[in-house]
Amino acid sequence: MFGAKMLRAVFATVGVLLLGLAQSAAADSVNPQADFKAFRDYFTKRFPNVPLNDFVNGPYSMDADLRKQWTAIEDFPPYQFALDKGQEMFATPFKNGKTYGDCFANKGIGIRQNYPYFDDKTGEVVTLELALNRCRQANGEEPFSYVKDDMAALTAYMAFTSRGKLFDIKIPNDPRALAAYENGKKYFYTRRGQLNFSCASCHVQSPGEHIRTEVLAPALGILAAMPIYRSEWGGMGTISRRFVTCNSQVRGVPLEPQDENYRDVEYYLSYMSNGLPISGPGSRP
Amino acid sequence: MPSTIRVRATAGGDTTEVQALVQHPMDSGFVKDASGNLIPPHHIEVLEFEHGGKAVFTALWGPAVAKDPYVKFSFKGAQKGDDLTVSWVDNKGQSDSLVAKIQ
Repeated sequence: MFGAKMLRAVFATVGVLLLGLAQSAAADSVNPQADFKAFRDYFTKRFPNVPLNDFVNGPYSMDADLRKQWTAIEDFPPYQFALDKGQEMFATPFKNGKTYGDCFANKGIGIRQNYPYFDDKTGEVVTLELALNRCRQANGEEPFSYVKDDMAALTAYMAFTSRGKLFDIKIPNDPRALAAYENGKKYFYTRRGQLNFSCASCHVQSPGEHIRTEVLAPALGILAAMPIYRSEWGGMGTISRRFVTCNSQVRGVPLEPQDENYRDVEYYLSYMSNGLPISGPGSRP
Repeated sequence: MPSTIRVRATAGGDTTEVQALVQHPMDSGFVKDASGNLIPPHHIEVLEFEHGGKAVFTALWGPAVAKDPYVKFSFKGAQKGDDLTVSWVDNKGQSDSLVAKIQ
């Protein structure tokens, strides 16, 4: 009798141990849904007075005075010239008669919220900027610089036609997609540069704080307003430009625009912003 | 080429509020390019707003004004539907102008 009871107790203990092992294994494995929930909860709990959809307005969601200036600026937005140029470029056919619209679903209108996506044929993350240059090359045109001017104008127009649409980034159950996601997440939280900052040091730990005269934007929804006109740059910049500048601002060596790591970070950050509206093109101090 | 000028003029009460944005590099002549050569000065010298044949706002600009400048001012005596002419001339003799309806 006693023996059987003890045996049961031993089995139960082993069972608990096994369960514990299974749980810690789950915490180590890639779980985008759990990350998403934790990420969003962190921001909504830390900034209970900021409406969820307002996070896409970056520093303006954090600072009332900046917001007042921005509302006045939006009346006559500095990205207007780029937007007009983008619209014209988008409508102008390539030498072979095809257009940008032919490279995209729905002729490229209202699709910004689906980028970046994981391409299961090539096994890599495809961003809107990359897709635009591939579209040019497939039609026998020279690729654009990724950081500003033409690329910013095109993405400005594509974001504009997608305003209000909600980020809808999918991570397929494919080990390569999960690896890209995990790599992006790792890049985001890894410290680098002489200042030893990670992306998260500013945009997760310190949103709303001042860094010199700037107000740091929250990482939640941070890509929704891209591309942006930055007064500091005196012009438009793309997501590529933002990543490159962030890296050099912490005195690190930036990667090439559209490096695999940058695309993976964009994948990670965009997934974290699922459900938030596209608001680009934007203007920032 | 689309116009380099964006303007919005709104009549309200007895004043008309005007906002305008002009696309221009506004190079001061003191900045060097990536290879170390001075970028020659290229900036707007005169920006003028005209209503009913009369200048209502004239700006004499130099190298200290920022790229793609923005202007906001108001004036009296205009009606909704009137024409407002905006024009600029730069130091290279280039120019642009636009006629906008006051809303």
